[in-house]
Amino acid sequence: MPVAHGLAFDVAHMLAGGMVTVSFMLLFQDRLFALIQFIALHALVLTLALGWQAWLQDAEHLYAAAALALVFKATLIPWVLHRLVRRLRIERAVETVVGAGMTMLFGICLVGLAVVVMLPLAAKSPLMWEDLSFALAVVMLGLLIMITRRNAVGQIIGFLSVDNGMMLAAAGAHGMPFLIDLSIAFSALVALIVFGIFLSHIFKHFDSVDVHTLDRFRGDQP
Amino acid sequence: MTALEALFRAFTGDFGTAAVTVLLAGPLVTATAMLLVPAHRVAAALNAGSTLVSFLAALVLLWDRPPLNIYLHVDDLNVAMIALTTFISFTSSLFSGGYVEHERRTGRINRRTGQFYHAMYQSLMFALNLALLANNIGLMWVAIELATLTAVLMVGIYRTPAALEAAWKYFILGSVGVALALFGTILVYFAAASAVGDGMEAMAWTVLITHAGWFDPTLLDIAFVFLLLGYGTKAGLVPMHAWLPDAHAEGPTPITAVLSGLLINVSLYLILRFKMVLAANPHVLPPGPLMVGLGLLSMLFAILMLYRQRDIKRLFAYSSIEHMGIAAFAFGIGGPLANFAGLLHMVMHSLTKSAIFFAVGHIVQVKGTQQLPAIRGLGESHPVLGWGLALGVLAIAGMPPFGVFMSEFLVVSACFARAPLLTLVLIAGLIVALGALLLRLNEVVFGEAGGASLRRDGSYLPLVLHLLLVLAAGLCLPPPLVAWFQHVAAQLG
Repeated sequence: MPVAHGLAFDVAHMLAGGMVTVSFMLLFQDRLFALIQFIALHALVLTLALGWQAWLQDAEHLYAAAALALVFKATLIPWVLHRLVRRLRIERAVETVVGAGMTMLFGICLVGLAVVVMLPLAAKSPLMWEDLSFALAVVMLGLLIMITRRNAVGQIIGFLSVDNGMMLAAAGAHGMPFLIDLSIAFSALVALIVFGIFLSHIFKHFDSVDVHTLDRFRGDQP
Repeated sequence: MTALEALFRAFTGDFGTAAVTVLLAGPLVTATAMLLVPAHRVAAALNAGSTLVSFLAALVLLWDRPPLNIYLHVDDLNVAMIALTTFISFTSSLFSGGYVEHERRTGRINRRTGQFYHAMYQSLMFALNLALLANNIGLMWVAIELATLTAVLMVGIYRTPAALEAAWKYFILGSVGVALALFGTILVYFAAASAVGDGMEAMAWTVLITHAGWFDPTLLDIAFVFLLLGYGTKAGLVPMHAWLPDAHAEGPTPITAVLSGLLINVSLYLILRFKMVLAANPHVLPPGPLMVGLGLLSMLFAILMLYRQRDIKRLFAYSSIEHMGIAAFAFGIGGPLANFAGLLHMVMHSLTKSAIFFAVGHIVQVKGTQQLPAIRGLGESHPVLGWGLALGVLAIAGMPPFGVFMSEFLVVSACFARAPLLTLVLIAGLIVALGALLLRLNEVVFGEAGGASLRRDGSYLPLVLHLLLVLAAGLCLPPPLVAWFQHVAAQLG
């Protein structure tokens, strides 16, 4: 595994750190359109990170992955979501389950957790430790976004940022076969179709994409 | 073209490769064909025919295996799982024919939805076969993701608010699981790449298992936690189980049978694959206690929830969580006997639980409701269904002489040797579960008959067949099967 030095390494970290920052911006954003713009920005930073890794490792498949991320994640998916939100007329604010301050605190704790979970690696390979900590932090923040949103569109945004985190992790793995990148792009695509179908159906039935309106259909109540 | 290739392989004597081609290409081709078949009866027959061909191909694999490659492989562990999976998918497709016929007649499914249903059924079979055959850990992940997506679409097929909620929940929790599992897979690749070099080789399970001794143990430890949580979500282990009861209750019953009988089993199988890699490295922390903890938690939680259920499909969904817990517990205890018991339990639970869901499917259609209080006195009004369900429930509750009794007995004895105190918890749990199930069974089968009694479609053959198999396994396991179980149990470590 070639070891990155100095500037090259710093830029890679700046981009990965940038993704964590954008994840935090997603975390407290409570307007749907802004949320969609930030997920596009998230994907754009991912594209840069992938492109940088591709250049560092001289790996063609990573260039392809970066292109895919740019086309699908940074452009197409946000555009479709934007249209969906407009068509369903749900431009109003999203409520978060917990307050913004509390969510941010949780987020900081999760980033700490991501670093600690990967800590055993620090002694063996500091580079790998830092790469994976960043990726895991993005993944965990994405999961946090998913659980703090009551709105189905917000949950999708969370899911997409989890996907981006995965891709960041895969990019750091030198020579990891293209299979993974492909499958991630594939999953995002299929997910979009599923989302499209479900969102319109949920909306048709409930006049809202607030998933809490679904709660009364749970079967556990006696 | 693939059919031609399979024929060519068969003629040149390479039956194993031909069978693998059939197992993967068959469902895909059938799924595409389904989109062109408008008539329900033809589609149902095609569905059953295709799964039967898959089952026959799986039987071919039992005596002729294809040469190893880095994408697909057949070994002792998956060969029997493939046979079991294709067998249950065949019997479920028989049941599904009658079930969908009924739903079409009562107008719950229209022509297009019926077509979609059959195409998705075949896609799900493709995904499950691929997950079992895959040698590449990335391919395993892709297959289980595909299986989840098709299952999500199937669960939401009725488009009722409850079905949509169940599908949405399954999708969200499923993607969390998928994300965690992928992170684990990437970590395993990291561990492997530093030992065997970059590239596809470092993702082949057969390469991983032979080189596991040189992998970084801490990386493997962390990876296993992610994989256990990720694939454990699909296997319905508590606390990632929340999708399972909803998906079971709201989806079409043949899919409930497939979810409980196959999908959660295949997920547990994937966990076992990675546990084997860990077992091959002497420096890792033993994964056993984690699996014991999750298994015990799943089992106890599900057993307590059994008492609260008012919906017959949810009741048996919680019972599935309980049994996955028992199997995970057994593998966590480890050692030849406990692994033997765990494998046997997976097989017996699949057969019994799908039999129960076949019976439940008929009952729900006959009664027109899933609510337990409205289902009474089946023993009087529908003796075959009533007694079929009664036998199934006795079997799943672990009563002799059925197969589940034997596997649970083995789990208890293995546990007694290794961790005597946990045995008390296990036995107490099993008794409380028995109580919950008998309590419900009493009302459903022996109460005073009443309520609706609608027409039934389809045959009892799958139900009877499964119950007979479970009974036969309980009375006497054929020696070759025992030898196979012992051989695989020894590999699991």
